[in-house]
Amino acid sequence: MEEKTLKISKIKDGTVIDHIPSGKALRVLSILGIRDDVDYTVSVGMHVPSSKMEYKDVIKIENRSLDKNELDMISLTAPNATISIIKNYEISEKFKVELPPKLIGIIKCKNQNCITNTREPVKPEFEIVSRHPLVLRCVYCQRTMNERDVFE
Amino acid sequence: MLKNKSVVSIDDVQNDDLFEIFDLSESMLKTIESKGNAPLLTNKIMATLFYEPSTRTRLSFESAMHRLGGSVITVSDTKTSSAAKGETLADTVRMASSYSDIIVIRHPLEGAARLASRFTSKPIINAGDGSGQHPTQTILDLFTIKKELGSIDGKVITMVGDLRYGRTIHSLIIALSRFDVKVNLVSPEILRLPEYVYSMLPDRNYVKEYNDLEEVIGETDVLYVTRIQKERFSDQNEYQSVIGSYSINSETVEKMKKKSVIMHPLPRVDEISPDVDNMPQAAYFRQAYYGVPVRMALIYKILGD
Repeated sequence: MEEKTLKISKIKDGTVIDHIPSGKALRVLSILGIRDDVDYTVSVGMHVPSSKMEYKDVIKIENRSLDKNELDMISLTAPNATISIIKNYEISEKFKVELPPKLIGIIKCKNQNCITNTREPVKPEFEIVSRHPLVLRCVYCQRTMNERDVFE
Repeated sequence: MLKNKSVVSIDDVQNDDLFEIFDLSESMLKTIESKGNAPLLTNKIMATLFYEPSTRTRLSFESAMHRLGGSVITVSDTKTSSAAKGETLADTVRMASSYSDIIVIRHPLEGAARLASRFTSKPIINAGDGSGQHPTQTILDLFTIKKELGSIDGKVITMVGDLRYGRTIHSLIIALSRFDVKVNLVSPEILRLPEYVYSMLPDRNYVKEYNDLEEVIGETDVLYVTRIQKERFSDQNEYQSVIGSYSINSETVEKMKKKSVIMHPLPRVDEISPDVDNMPQAAYFRQAYYGVPVRMALIYKILGD
């Protein structure tokens, strides 16, 4: 029913990212590396009325699936986002993104003096201190990062 | 239990271990003063990797191991070691761990000791990592407070100076959250305790910030003074703006309780005037003296039977 209220047409095959907090769609596009040189169709709905969230953003991407790193990154900015895998206009799989207990190797520590920002053979590693608001702690240097630090 | 465990942060030392170390430190102190040595680790080797200048910490670790009957191998100058050739810390630690039973590391980068602990099964002791933590100094500081004042609980601890970069402050304030204490923080605005350290405290109610030492000097049991560290500032103008912000002299001490102490992890520059040195409150040289028995106790807890 909700789909009828959306001003974005259905896609045949690809991925729908729904329940993105209103205003965060551009950040999600940036996470997915979607710029002006894409060769697939991307539909973005911003500030769409939602029964669950009052307003939300929605992204539909034709002929593209998301990998685990991308899903983890999306969970940092849109912790309640739902992902629908579309095959031949039907939802073949639907799930919520999940913030993992640890983030390993997907973001850099903002502390320039952290040992992980050197040639050492380790991946940056973060524990989740808080989900709302997002606070991550570097396992190595103990510095904390918020959402803005992660995406700046 | 600390047996064969690394001590990277003060959180690696539980209260039970802490009190056992205090008791053992007292025994070690008596042994040093009566016999000189306690040959309990005669077959053990300690490697010390110091990538940053150090006098007290390095000497006290090496002295502690010698007094326990163990041996010490060291890189006397990292500029002449493989680090200068571009060897990673991970590789150096792998190598050093095959030559020794325990590794003590000091490094200018935060997280270095945690990284080291991931590349060896041998215990790592963090002797200071950048502006991160300095857990063995904290054990020593707590021991000093207990020895000088009889207990830690019920005391008012005033920390003054560089609270932003001071790793001894960071470890100590986290450890003090386990005790019934009040902590006053006195520093210039730009050297306030960082938010990430606050976020490691179970609650903030025992900590209060002040600009003026005069406001809290009269209620202070422990005045913990730190050097404003030139080497931690990327902006030297910022350093120039805060140097000499607080100077403790005999007039300051006159306002303190009779039974109170002044502590300092040392080295000092000009934050404590020499005219304080012979006053009964000046505990900083005694604090440095306790460094050997406390580290003997810690090393024995990790490597002993």
